[in-house]
Amino acid sequence: MVSENRSIISVKNLVKRFKDFTAVDDISFEVKEGEIFAFLGPNGAGKSTTIKMLTTLLKPESGQIEINGHDPLKHKHAVRESFGIVFQDPSLDSDLTAYENMQLHAVLYKMPRDLRNKKIEELLKFVELWERKGEFVKNFSGGMKRRLEIARGLLHKPKILFLDEPTLGLDPQTRNHMWNYIKDINEREGMTIFFTTHYMEEAEKIAGRIAIIDHGKIVASGTLEGLKAQTKTNTLEEAFLSFTGNTIREEEASSVDHMRAMSKMWRKRR
Amino acid sequence: MQIIYILWLRQIKKYFRSKSRIIGSLGQPVLFLVAFGFGFGSIYKKAEGGNYIQFLAPGIIMMSVLFTAVFSGIELIWDKQFGFLKETMAAPVYRLQIMLGRTLGGATVATIQGVIVLLLTLLVGFKIDNLFLLPLGILIIFIVALLFTSLGTAIAAVLEDMQGFQMIMNFLVMPIFFLSGALFPLHGIPVFLEVIARFDPLSYGIDGFRQTLISQAHFGIGIDLTVLSIVTILILFAGSYLFERIQA
Repeated sequence: MVSENRSIISVKNLVKRFKDFTAVDDISFEVKEGEIFAFLGPNGAGKSTTIKMLTTLLKPESGQIEINGHDPLKHKHAVRESFGIVFQDPSLDSDLTAYENMQLHAVLYKMPRDLRNKKIEELLKFVELWERKGEFVKNFSGGMKRRLEIARGLLHKPKILFLDEPTLGLDPQTRNHMWNYIKDINEREGMTIFFTTHYMEEAEKIAGRIAIIDHGKIVASGTLEGLKAQTKTNTLEEAFLSFTGNTIREEEASSVDHMRAMSKMWRKRR
Repeated sequence: MQIIYILWLRQIKKYFRSKSRIIGSLGQPVLFLVAFGFGFGSIYKKAEGGNYIQFLAPGIIMMSVLFTAVFSGIELIWDKQFGFLKETMAAPVYRLQIMLGRTLGGATVATIQGVIVLLLTLLVGFKIDNLFLLPLGILIIFIVALLFTSLGTAIAAVLEDMQGFQMIMNFLVMPIFFLSGALFPLHGIPVFLEVIARFDPLSYGIDGFRQTLISQAHFGIGIDLTVLSIVTILILFAGSYLFERIQA
């Protein structure tokens, strides 16, 4: 692995507001080169908004970001050359075929021609879409589209790979398969992985460090062991509930019932 | 260059794959040509205007170029809504490349559409005066297509969804068409109408096109090409500026 010391992502006091709603509320964190870092939090916690700001797609209200040594506000192009991304919501062109979508991506990311076709074949086979490469994406099922998005995101080899809830809607086999592949390129290439999820077991199994985000704030961060030790709990889920439960109590004074209802809901969702 | 090419190719592929859209968009020009052309033909002749089909056909060809071009540009909203725009916006490519690839693609599509309508007008009885000037005519079609695709893109860059589309059709695209001299000659009309037509870039496109195809002009080809080029460049710049500011 590459030197563990350098921070490849560094965020200080990042804030994003949409009208009077604060989506990301003064968060700070660092991700080291070669690390697998997870953002764990419920829907609407601010995970995607943060990723959009890190990837130059959204302008922050205030705060500093550095991606591979560049500021996404000032040096957009250099930042874009540093990362690859799998978006949470669809970003395929459904009027093109699976192969054409891959090809377009390869050209946008300036992959050399000989490597291009080889990698497209390899990845389409990996997500088991090679037989259907000539079909229009609009005829694909939700799961197939998701697999294609992931295959496309893995096509080129960026320094940092952002994965925004990459496994949403995938069956456990595919999920497992995909994470093994990602762990493997992380180890082989030293690629930094930044992913968001609300599946506890993914964060537990894959991530080196985890940040728990809720209501736009990072309520805790550290290694799995660290988080469990901090809360004196045995699993990540218990640690998670202990942290996010606290936030609810702070915001809505003494509404213990509400907190219980929320934690119940979370257990079910798992 | 390859990036502009692949985004251009995407527009072309999408156009040829939607057969229903091609056929659907030919209905309107044919209807206009038949209804207006034959409907007003005899009155136009009595007023000593000559053959109305001959006068009308270039206007109708440009109408379909205008509609196709604006629509191609506005399609950007679909890319915003269906998410594909994010894929291009997060990529390490310059926004100008994305904008140019899309716009050239849309303009090419509108040019093809214009040429198809031109062929249809020949069936209805339109005759080209000087075939040697046809390439110049097609160049004018392309410039007009580029102008209005950029305009559509610029509008789409600011809009969030298709809700504003009807308003743009009614208050921008339709006036551009009806006030351009596509349907009537610009000389002898009330002054206020003539002044409006002078501010309508399509007027110059149609005028230049008429001059090359049927040797009839109001402004003259020199003025036509100058105005068209300047306006096209201005709108391309405006479009790129607005495109640059899109947030996903």
